[in-house]
Amino acid sequence: MNYILDPWPWYVSGPCIALVMFLLLYFGRTFGMSSNLRTLCAIGGAGKRVKFFDMDWKGQKWNLTVVLGAIVGGMIAHHLLSNPININLSENTVNDLNALGFNNPGQSLLPPEFFSWDSVFTLKGMAILIVGGFLVGFGTRYAGGCTSGHAITGLSSLQLPSLVAVVGFFIGGLIMIHFIYPILF
Amino acid sequence: MGKYLKFFLVGIFFGIVLVKSEAVSWYRIFEMFKFQSFHMYGIIGTAVVSGVIILLISKKSQLKTTEGTYLRVPQKDKGYKRYIIGGSIFGLGWALCGACPGPMYILVGTGVFSMLIVIAAALLGTYAYGVFKDKLPH
Repeated sequence: MNYILDPWPWYVSGPCIALVMFLLLYFGRTFGMSSNLRTLCAIGGAGKRVKFFDMDWKGQKWNLTVVLGAIVGGMIAHHLLSNPININLSENTVNDLNALGFNNPGQSLLPPEFFSWDSVFTLKGMAILIVGGFLVGFGTRYAGGCTSGHAITGLSSLQLPSLVAVVGFFIGGLIMIHFIYPILF
Repeated sequence: MGKYLKFFLVGIFFGIVLVKSEAVSWYRIFEMFKFQSFHMYGIIGTAVVSGVIILLISKKSQLKTTEGTYLRVPQKDKGYKRYIIGGSIFGLGWALCGACPGPMYILVGTGVFSMLIVIAAALLGTYAYGVFKDKLPH
């Protein structure tokens, strides 16, 4: 049972993600999580004002169902299939996070410094979540995919545009962590 | 309802895998962009290698989908500007809030309801892209 309750090693997790991609392709669909953001905009009526959202969202109900399942999966994994969380971060990461002012790195899935309600309702905390979310929503649609669509599906099918997109993911991520974080914290 | 069950089950499996692999953790993303652990590279690397193999076998064996067509991966449009610029914008956001679109939903399931703010902002970002789409280089 500990095999399930302990964190899963990367060499188990990676192939499992590939299996998710395969199953969705086998069902005649595809693996793309950010597309759901567009669908949700369309459901909200964005198609009346903006052509990009004037789409047949009913044809995307299968993908919203995947999202619903993912939420339930997160619930099951966290509440039923996990020991108390203690992420085995590298020592350097823990030291770097301590230096930035983060307490107890890895003792929860997400840093309370970002996601606890106390932090969320500060100007800085709220700004981080809103700016971060906005960039993810804008960037994924601009790039035509996120980690699932480009890094997993696109690279698995050896598509050059996806490789370019993944290089972009890292350009943005490295700039944020190495140049912007030192200013923010 | 019946035809959606399989998608629901795949979603559950996906959610479980991403939580158990710790790929939903902000800390793991920070560590990845700091190149301080192999963990995330191992996950993405083995996912891609298995994915390549699975797709090659599917093609060789002319596997048909449950819809009766040949298994086909959607092809991305040509070009590079949208991928490098859009990708970088996404990367900035990913590293800032530590969650890409899949984990955003999954983390709500783990009980992190402040993630709903990130999702709302991501919807706004997607909407903004839709508004400015024709003015952006692609």
